[in-house]
Amino acid sequence: MVAVIASVVLLATEYSSSKLIPLRATLSFFVDPLKYFVDLPTVLVDQAADSVSSYRTLKMENERLREEQLIHQTRLLKFEALEKENIRLRALLENSFKLGEQVLVAELLSVNMAPYEHIVVVNKGTRFGVHPQQPVLDANGVVGQVFRALPFTSEIMLITDPNHAIPVQVNRNGLLTIAVGGGQLNRLVLPFLPSNADIRPGDLLITSGLGGTFPQGYPVAVVDEFTSQPNKAFATITATPKALLDRNRELMIVWSKSTPVPLISKPTANEAETQTDAVK
Amino acid sequence: MQLNNYVGFFRIILTLIVAMCLRIAPWPGEMSAFNPDWVLLVLVYWSLTLPDRVGIFHAWTFGLLTDVLTGRLLGQYALAYSLVIYICLKLHKQLRQFPFLQQGLFVFFCLLLSQLLLFFIKNLQHPAQLHASFWLPVFTGTLAWPLVYGVLRFVGLSQRIK
Repeated sequence: MVAVIASVVLLATEYSSSKLIPLRATLSFFVDPLKYFVDLPTVLVDQAADSVSSYRTLKMENERLREEQLIHQTRLLKFEALEKENIRLRALLENSFKLGEQVLVAELLSVNMAPYEHIVVVNKGTRFGVHPQQPVLDANGVVGQVFRALPFTSEIMLITDPNHAIPVQVNRNGLLTIAVGGGQLNRLVLPFLPSNADIRPGDLLITSGLGGTFPQGYPVAVVDEFTSQPNKAFATITATPKALLDRNRELMIVWSKSTPVPLISKPTANEAETQTDAVK
Repeated sequence: MQLNNYVGFFRIILTLIVAMCLRIAPWPGEMSAFNPDWVLLVLVYWSLTLPDRVGIFHAWTFGLLTDVLTGRLLGQYALAYSLVIYICLKLHKQLRQFPFLQQGLFVFFCLLLSQLLLFFIKNLQHPAQLHASFWLPVFTGTLAWPLVYGVLRFVGLSQRIK
């Protein structure tokens, strides 16, 4: 029963230490092609749909995207001024300010790892510098964090996984709390707020930046139900994630710069940095 | 004979690889909870029909690969698969005489044992409340057994794997 002993030893070592990461990476060389292979039909269907869509639909989509881009660019014009203003105000408060994030676009592989866990696989791995605990976003909000990075793929735990918790803040009044995954793709739970907390349906929850994993200020979810029972100490609050967790194929993996931007001393360097990041 | 042996070996490996693909294939929506453990079904079939070719080593190796594939703690599928295949190898002579229905019952218990081991290991990691759908693959796996049996029998017979 060498096999049993070997597997128990493996289980014990991996549970208690991180020594087995190289072994997993090596084995993933054999296994990761299967993930790409299983994903192939989806890719082919997408490509086929692209190639048969008519000139008219393409033109319409193009126009719509152009309009959207115009709107976003006008908003960004103001954003830059606001950012500078924010840095100046923070300087008055003698506070350091973190900004400048790099993103990498990763595409979802449509494979299914374990049905009772909200873990998805994307097509970028340690080859692209992805590492565990990186935040992952989409165009609408926070999606989750990198759970495990393999050479060619990485596994991402969604914020709705029952084992996931994310520190958040109510955008309206800055109330801090923690949002825990509800186990369904459209549900987050806020279990740690007292019955008299100032929170109402429709409030936007943003990342608070506490805990250090997620950068501050990204939208996470919208509160959709608040019930307080007088006989219980904590209110029952549920929220719906902003990110389209079950519909988006493109996700963004974020690198946040660990060094805070110097306050007012070197404005030119700041400018250059934000410029390059905007391009990326 | 030698060549035939190699061909047979590749056939077996190929069926296992197909099973691994099926294991992670996406099912529409919430249906993915029904996806049975194809790798174990295929391993059980080969260990019953060709006990001298597919043994605990195969079970352990493919269990380990399944661990990596599905992102589990390394070794848990390896442990479950090797134990189940050990039982299959011990009992394969009796099982071949059994009527089909009884074989199905045996497969059900194999799947249940494997899932129980996984449940046990998962609880050791962190006591989590699991959805009742965790046990669904055991039932769908039993229902899928005739299909696996038929297909693999066809694969085996067409090549006369000895």
